[in-house]
Amino acid sequence: MSTLVSLAYLISGICFIMALRGLASPETARQGNVFGISGMALAIVTTLFLVEPSSLVLIALAIAVGGGIGLVIARKIKMTALPQLVAAFHSLVGLAAVLVASAAFLSPGSYGIAQGGSIHLSSLIEMALGVAIGAITFTGSLVAFAKLQGLVSGKPLVFKFQHQINLGLGILIFLSLLVLVLTQAPFAYWTIVVTSLVLGFLLILPIGGADMPVVISMLNSYSGWAAAATGFTLENPLLIITGALVGASGAILSYIMCKGMNRSIFNVILGGFGTDGAAASTSAAANDRPVKVGSAEDASFILKNAASVIIVPGYGMAVAHAQHALREMGDILKKEGVRVRYAIHPVAGRMPGHMNVLLAEADVPYDDVLELEEINSDFGQTDVAFVIGANDVTNPAAHSDPQSPIYGMPILDVENAKTVLFIKRTMGAGYAGVENELFFRTNTMMLFGDAKQMCENIVKALES
Amino acid sequence: MALNDIISGLNGIAADQHRLSALAEELAKQAQAVAGQASSAGQGFFITGLTVFVLACFVGYYVVWRVTPALHSPLMAVTNAVSSVIIVGALLAAGPVEMTASKIMGLAAIALASINIFGGFIVTQRMLAMYKKKTVGNEKAKK
Repeated sequence: MSTLVSLAYLISGICFIMALRGLASPETARQGNVFGISGMALAIVTTLFLVEPSSLVLIALAIAVGGGIGLVIARKIKMTALPQLVAAFHSLVGLAAVLVASAAFLSPGSYGIAQGGSIHLSSLIEMALGVAIGAITFTGSLVAFAKLQGLVSGKPLVFKFQHQINLGLGILIFLSLLVLVLTQAPFAYWTIVVTSLVLGFLLILPIGGADMPVVISMLNSYSGWAAAATGFTLENPLLIITGALVGASGAILSYIMCKGMNRSIFNVILGGFGTDGAAASTSAAANDRPVKVGSAEDASFILKNAASVIIVPGYGMAVAHAQHALREMGDILKKEGVRVRYAIHPVAGRMPGHMNVLLAEADVPYDDVLELEEINSDFGQTDVAFVIGANDVTNPAAHSDPQSPIYGMPILDVENAKTVLFIKRTMGAGYAGVENELFFRTNTMMLFGDAKQMCENIVKALES
Repeated sequence: MALNDIISGLNGIAADQHRLSALAEELAKQAQAVAGQASSAGQGFFITGLTVFVLACFVGYYVVWRVTPALHSPLMAVTNAVSSVIIVGALLAAGPVEMTASKIMGLAAIALASINIFGGFIVTQRMLAMYKKKTVGNEKAKK
């Protein structure tokens, strides 16, 4: 590899770092994205100089086809469908990693990693690791996509001997790796590929819909490590740098998501704990404790007379596409002189930052949207906490009940507000299957109905 | 007499220089051979690669912790686009003239990675364009 190519790769690596750095604040983020695009363009153009000119036509065709599909999808996708889009994109990176590693295995000569037909020992190991991680990312992301898209049930699909089977597959991959290193036998390589594909599928299948923020972050991380392993195989520092950046990013996001649920990453992976919100609400708790139920008119009266309101959105808001109606409600209240803010729990929604994107889409200014640590102490001085489509993240049992499965999870302390308004479809428990004590408090008013419909009705009542 | 001494001395130096440059040439050749052996054994790059990898992990760690939680979704989308830099490997696989299985795999990987690159960056751009600062009222919202 000539010096110029290496330098170009270095520059594009720096561009990628700048792209991530830009995301430190919304003001610099767009500029960061430009850095990212430039880095990618530089990397591709540089590599094209290393390619036989006669191959360029086919390559251009492949880029045009892929790029065209990507362009159309990215333009058309609805922001509420973002989590499944990201999952689908992760699967593509995984599959691309499998293809690249396999291409390197079949003709190592094109990458200069073989001598007289035998591939170097270290390249073989790196190749096997890359293809295994890539294959797990591919099928795992496909399952995550199917769950988020609602193609398969979001309920955890637990099967017998699930951990033993997964462990067995893991051992099989390791043994195949040993055989591959010792004999360079193609069958060992393809065993690794197939076993990893199955393993990725089985690993994600038992994980419930509400744990998807962790799963998506984890697969994000995997796609990075797959790229890095490919970088080792191809002796390409740019792939290593980028893979490490992406891998670290995904790992940190997984950590933040796990902390937001007070669970360890192993608990999530081995879990089979979370069910879908919709699935849980059908198993509504059959009890007769009295709750205060209000109408949209009651809610609008309370909201109008408040001095400050904190809105707590959750996955239910995304499902009902209620963000625009909600913003409209917020705008009217602001005009009435009410101080309106939004409080986001780290694991609200189905991917990290999901709620922030939806609120931004509805033109909610980002400085009205605050994170748990920033706003949690303000609930005590707040007149109304308006909970829309969230449940477990407000459950005081996380503080008070050591027996509760969500004990220790950081929550938004909406109970400290003078009045709590809950928009819910039914009295059902959240995904954790835990009864929320807040529903039965005297300062709580339940607003039953579809989140979007309810917001629209409140808007009507406020305007009249 | 003195002149002769100087001339013979100079001759000696010239001969020494000749010998030295021959030695240097030999040394360079050996170094090259060693370097070639090292890289052909794959060991030379592994350590370099590992160094790059570990340092990049640290950079990633510090950069990503500074990302504001409000932008975690765009972060996922952009890291997704960026990890498609694996297209570099795919381009090399699709590079040779003969149509082999590995070239076909390379072309397929190029198409897949391109979906990701275009899709990822455009979705990120769309998301980021939505984040607006407040325009009216609610001045005290920021703590």
